Amino acid sequence: MLKVERLVVEHGAIRAIDGISFEVATGSLAAVIGSNGAGKTTLLRTLSGLKESKLGKVWWNGREITGMKPEDLVRRGISHVSEGKSVIPELTVKENLALGGLWRGNKSELAQSIEEVVNLFPRLGERMSQRADTLSGGERQMLAIGRAWVSKPSLLLLDEPSLGLAPLVVEQIFATVSMLCRERGITIVLVEQNAMGALSIADKGIIINLGVIVAQGDAKQLIDDPALRSAYLGY
Amino acid sequence: MLKRKSKHGDDHAKVTKHAKQSNPIRRRILVFVLLGWFLLLLGDRVDELRVYQGALIAIYALAIGSLILLTGYSGQISLGHGAFMAIGAYAAALTQIHFAPPLIFTFIAAVLVTALFGAFLGGGASRLSGPYLAGTTLALALGLPTLANQFGILGGETGLTFDVGFPPERLGLDFTLYKWFYWIAGLATLIMLWMIQNVLKSRYGRAWKAGRSNPAAASLVGLNVGRRKVLAFTVSAGVAGLAGALLGMIAIVSPSAFPLSLSFAILTGAVLAGLTSLAGTIVGGLVLVIIPDIAETISYNLGDSEAVVANLPGLITSVLLILTVILTPNGPAEQWHHHKEKKKQKELAKGH
Amino acid sequence: MQQIINTFLIGISIGSIYSLMALALVLVWRSTRVVNFGQAGQAIVSTYVAWEVVNRSGSYFLAFVFAVAIGGLLGGLIESGLMRTLFKHASEGPIAAVAPVIVTLGLLGVIRAVVGLIWTNEGKRFESPVDTAGFVIGDTTLPFSRLNLLIVVMAAIVMIIFSIVFQKTNLGLSLRAAAYNPEIARLSGIRVSQTRTIGWVFAGAAGGVAGILVTSNDTLTPNSLDTLLVFAFTAAVIGGLESLVGAVVGGLVLGIGLSFILIYLGTSLVFPTAFIVLVLVLLIRPAGIFGVKGARSA
Repeated sequence: MLKVERLVVEHGAIRAIDGISFEVATGSLAAVIGSNGAGKTTLLRTLSGLKESKLGKVWWNGREITGMKPEDLVRRGISHVSEGKSVIPELTVKENLALGGLWRGNKSELAQSIEEVVNLFPRLGERMSQRADTLSGGERQMLAIGRAWVSKPSLLLLDEPSLGLAPLVVEQIFATVSMLCRERGITIVLVEQNAMGALSIADKGIIINLGVIVAQGDAKQLIDDPALRSAYLGY
Repeated sequence: MLKRKSKHGDDHAKVTKHAKQSNPIRRRILVFVLLGWFLLLLGDRVDELRVYQGALIAIYALAIGSLILLTGYSGQISLGHGAFMAIGAYAAALTQIHFAPPLIFTFIAAVLVTALFGAFLGGGASRLSGPYLAGTTLALALGLPTLANQFGILGGETGLTFDVGFPPERLGLDFTLYKWFYWIAGLATLIMLWMIQNVLKSRYGRAWKAGRSNPAAASLVGLNVGRRKVLAFTVSAGVAGLAGALLGMIAIVSPSAFPLSLSFAILTGAVLAGLTSLAGTIVGGLVLVIIPDIAETISYNLGDSEAVVANLPGLITSVLLILTVILTPNGPAEQWHHHKEKKKQKELAKGH
Repeated sequence: MQQIINTFLIGISIGSIYSLMALALVLVWRSTRVVNFGQAGQAIVSTYVAWEVVNRSGSYFLAFVFAVAIGGLLGGLIESGLMRTLFKHASEGPIAAVAPVIVTLGLLGVIRAVVGLIWTNEGKRFESPVDTAGFVIGDTTLPFSRLNLLIVVMAAIVMIIFSIVFQKTNLGLSLRAAAYNPEIARLSGIRVSQTRTIGWVFAGAAGGVAGILVTSNDTLTPNSLDTLLVFAFTAAVIGGLESLVGAVVGGLVLGIGLSFILIYLGTSLVFPTAFIVLVLVLLIRPAGIFGVKGARSA
């Protein structure tokens, strides 16, 4: 289980996250929704260790992970796909995928994981030796998720995977994310601006506005919650 | 904005504002005049060696000032100010040797020639930044002085000397040549520093500062960052040229007088002075002259090894440079301010 | 015709050394976004050590090994010690952009002074391990000697080793990833700071090789690698500071070009030419031959 307790994160003098607490049950999918600047990306970056928190604690599977570095968190099974198709354009598809398994150092496991990703995203399999910057937006997103997959995460943090993608591709991505959770049992925290899409595949929804949680609960119920509307539209 | 309270208060505000504006300039002039007077008196009290060193300090201070203008204010790094000094020195020497005008014209020629070169370089440099500019100026520092070897008119390896003549007789027979150098260098430096101070406080200086910290924003506000950068290079080069001419006056104008280490020394001095602090230039110059002095003393105590004498100053200067950059990135003065600011912020934050 | 071939050959020999040093600069630039002007200093240390080894043991091979080892070791130490401290402290204010440059310069100064203190500033003769007379083909003597051949071969070997490591190994992949995008690398579990240090070790080793090769059959002083540094920087800029291949190509191009200037126009114009080339490249195509546009401002 992922447990976040009274998290406070600062950007200079501003509190990007001002006291957030929530839990995500193991094997479930939590959607974190909010408009631009609400603090969603900061939340993920703090969870994955890229940013230091000022106050508060984070636990994963009973062990405290507050303040741990990304490199170490990866070894604990936490993978973060940052926003903006986090792939390295100068590397090939295969190399990008391999990145996730470098820390493990096990060649056969790596090869196997890459195969699994190819089964998941056949389009990637066709482009293994191409440079990542030749891929379309959707393919890059798949590649990014694939890379995270290769590191065999038990907790996956996804930052706006649907950003800038065509609706059909978005559907595909969401379907894949949902499948990863249901069939492979990965706990997923999905940050999205596409509230409907995210909440429709999620178990739990967390709505953030200006750094605080304004509503959390069952995802399906939240779709109709007025707090959702106010977080986005201000009334 | 706030509604004006009363007409009386109005006038009072106007008068005070006006007074505040003219005072700083008057105050500045006063400071420089006093400083000049003090240095004059000092020159009478000390021996030949110190007077010579005094001239050297002034020259270094001037060179440092020119670099501060460029790096501290317009954010462009130069590892090649030694080359500018060389240009100024050669220009002055050639002018003096071939045309023998009054001294002041020699110096003006040095400034103009170097400034021209600076403008040229600045034109290209305005599109470069960071390591590219550094590498280019480094190449300049290494390569330019060696050019003198190729052209006979520049005196080759042995170099040129130029003569500023003896001090006017009315200053008395006791007035030595070195003292004359000291006066000229000191006066030139004071005047130039004062002028630089004015430039930096003017809208050009402010534009440079803006362009340095946020070029995108600056250009949005209408400041032509590129052109101002070229201007900074031009002025900086001109001033360095004067420093070089002064150096040429007290030493020989040859390639070996302007090695790479000179450029580094000036950079070090600028960092020690605090990259944006003009007041620190004299401190910087002082440090640069004192260190070889101290090094010599140390080396005498260590057995007068030539290797030590040659290398210890460089060692101390370089270590000082590294320490200064790491510990007080903005120069000791600004670091202190920064420290106080942070403390203040913490207090305020606590209050919430 | 003969003259042209000769000039070309010499150019390749000189150029390979530039390529090596340029490689070192690009390696460090790629992994830490710093141009390590101190590279000349590191290389000078390894070259002096090599000189000592040659004098004491007579074995050039051993000296070569030392040059590589010391160069690498020094590179690693400097990165993990000095540079990391620097990045922690000086990341704002007017100095931020120039701080790394100044520090690496300061480093160069320190190293040169220490080297001068230990070995004095006098020139030391560094003997070449192989024949420095030109190869004789039939009647003609080429200006290309066994030493030149050795240089080209050694440089080529180093570059091939680097390519293999960088392109084919996991370590190389980590290095590249950490250099292209440290954040994604960290999120993939790569220990970026360690990888950076390794990058500096490689760069130091390359610089060490360049230093010993260029000083063979020449005089060694604390300053003797300064010009190499500038030429290497020019070569790296020509090739595009971002590209390892570019560094190699740039070095060769510069070497051949300067060789022609040297033979046909005399030594006096070599340095100014290099400078002009540098300025021209920076003005016209700052990204270099292999670079991507817009990569010019750090």
